[in-house]
Formats: sequence, C-alpha cells, structure tokens
Amino acid sequence: MQACRLIASDLACRRGDRVLFRGLSLALDAGQALQVAGTNGIGKSSLLRILAGLMPAFSGSVEHEGAVGLLDERPALDPQLPLGRALDFWRRLDGSAKPVDPRLGLAHLNDVPVRYLSTGQTKRAAFARLIGQSARIWLLDEPLNGLDNEAARFAEALAAEHCAKGGICIVASHQPFALPGMARIDLADFVA
Amino acid sequence: MSSQLFQLLRRDLAMLLLGGRRGGTALPVLFFLAVAMLFPFAIGPDARLLARTGGGVIWVAALLAAILPLDRLIEPDIEQGMFDQWALRGISEEWIVTVRITAHWLSFGPPLMLASIPAAALLGLDSKTLSSVELGLLAGTPGLAALGVMVAALTAGLRGGAALAGLLVIPLAVPLLIFGAGSLSTGGSSGIALTAAVSLALLAIAPFAAGAAIRAARG
Repeated sequence: MQACRLIASDLACRRGDRVLFRGLSLALDAGQALQVAGTNGIGKSSLLRILAGLMPAFSGSVEHEGAVGLLDERPALDPQLPLGRALDFWRRLDGSAKPVDPRLGLAHLNDVPVRYLSTGQTKRAAFARLIGQSARIWLLDEPLNGLDNEAARFAEALAAEHCAKGGICIVASHQPFALPGMARIDLADFVA
Repeated sequence: MSSQLFQLLRRDLAMLLLGGRRGGTALPVLFFLAVAMLFPFAIGPDARLLARTGGGVIWVAALLAAILPLDRLIEPDIEQGMFDQWALRGISEEWIVTVRITAHWLSFGPPLMLASIPAAALLGLDSKTLSSVELGLLAGTPGLAALGVMVAALTAGLRGGAALAGLLVIPLAVPLLIFGAGSLSTGGSSGIALTAAVSLALLAIAPFAAGAAIRAARG
C-alpha cells in the first residue's frame, strides 16, 4: 500500500453563529489511529466532515494523501433495494473484487430490502461498503452505535486490521473504542 | 471515471424507468393521458375547437407530467448520504446531475412522445399537427428534464420542497411552452428551433446550478 497521511492545522468549526471548537491541529501517518472524544453536540461529526472535505472549515486547513472513506449514521444504501444489490452498486462503483467479509454476518440478509434491516444490521452493511471502497483513511462517526457486543468487538478488530495494513483510522465516539496504540483527543479542550 | 458514470446511469435508470423504485414512467404517462382524455369532456365535442387547442393541451399536460417526479429526483439521495459518498470518491456533483438529467429525460421524454399519439387521437389532431407536436416535444423535453433536476436540487431539503419545486418550474418553463406550443400555430420549424435553443441553454446551465445547490445544502 502506498503512503497515506492526514494533516489538519489550526481548524475551527462554526455552526450557525456559534464557534464549536478552534485551534485544533492533528497529524496522522500511515498505521496511526485517533479517537475524537467529547460530549454530544461538541462538534465530533462536524470535525469528521471537515476532515473529509465535505464541509468547509471556518478557518484552518486540511491536507490528505490517500482516499477518504466515511462511515456515519447514513448508510448510503438504497432503502428499497435488497441488501445484496445495494452493496453491489458500491462494489461496481468502487471496482471492488473482494467478497463481503463473512464475519459481518450479512450473507443471510442479501435478499432483505435495506429498509427492513435493524440499526445494527444497517451499520454492519455500511462497514461492508466502507471495506469495499479500499480507502486508506477511515473516518468513523460513532461506529459502534446500534452494534451488539460481538459486532462491536468485530468493528474494533476491523479498524485494527486496517491500521495494521498501513491505513489511518479516526474514530469519533463518546463510547470507549478499543484499538491498540490509538491516540485520543478530547474536543472539550478546544472549545472556543 | 466513465465506468463510474455508467454505474450511476444504470442505477438512475433502474430507479426512474418503467416500474422503477421512485415512481417510474407509469405515473407521468397516465397523468398525461388522463389530461388528454378529460379535456374533450370539459370542452365538448366540437371537433374544430379541439383540433385547434389540442396541441397546446398536449404541451401543458407534458409540462405538468414532468413536474410529478421532481421530489424524488435529488432529495432521497441527499438524505441517504449518497452524494457525500460520491463526493468522497471524487465524482463531481455536476457529472452526477448530468447523468440524472439523462435518466430523468429517458424516463419521461420518449414515453410522453409515444403517449402523444393516443392523446392526439383523443383530441382529434391531424397528422401534420401531431408531427409538429412530436418534434416540439423532442426539442423541448430535454430542457424540461434539465429544469426539473435543477429545481429539484435547489429545493431539496426545504420544507414543502415538492410543492415549491412545482411552483418554481412552471414560470421557468414558460419559454419552452411559448416556443413549443407556438410552433403549432405559426407552422414551420422556427418555433421548434427556438424551443431547442431554450432546451440547450437549460441543459448547459442545469448541471452547474444543481451542483452548486447540492454543495450548498451540504454542511
């Protein structure tokens, strides 16, 4: 795998007329992981969207080397389609030849329309989409929401595998997320 | 890039074409035929009056039928985070919108042109008027598709966006209607050429306007 890197310097985020945080800098190299912690509404999701380039930062800059994959509360899977076909769309779009990881436990759900899936099943399907994208930089927004204990351990294992292969992983979560060697920042330290 | 666009077109067509998951072709075509069928009931059986006004009725019905699927064109994909995922893969909103305009046009343009044949029979149009209507629709419906997708992107996420989209499309579609329906009374091809010109202008603007609207709605 080629090198990947994510550097953000002096970021500030504004929502409406409120500045959520400012002066946030981070730099991650291949294989590193970071947990962004903080209470609800402090700006964790906004930070991830800024890092992904989906939202302009109020100030500061983001540079990344390597593709970015985002997992948030919206699975980006067509609700009316059976899960297998909804995932196939992304596999074809990403040109992914990898079969869906059997450990995600999705095989028996292939014919079930996405809108009938439970929160946890949808989350696991979103993980399948993220893996298929083969992005080097993973931005995970509350990745454990809705997952049962077993699936949550598996999600942590997936993130660990991704970092071991030289990827970058940023996890925004108020819950503990077990990942060896993961750094941690608390957004409360950057509140404006 | 082109293979990605092909995958997008494939998904859009599966959504919008006949029996598609977002309403498909059936609804606009049935609506269009219903208008063509109701009009003679309202006007009465005067064949000359019907033949004189029928072409215009077809145009108005086509315009209104094109408005029906607007709320399902862009908004569901924004809500489900599809546009964010496409942006992460470096597919620009302009391309996505271009593909969607193509799919939207295929889902209602050719079907309405086909449905115009029975509609012309219901309204007692002669074959010369019918051929002007068909040519006019061929020139005008791509513009209607571009306009529809553009307005759908502008109103996505707004409260009452669907109703607002309809209200916004109607005044903007007036030039198409004037030139398209006007070509029936003046005869000749100049009206159709002007309809095509308006269509081309709309097709040129729509991807950029809709792309900017989708990016502005993100945040």
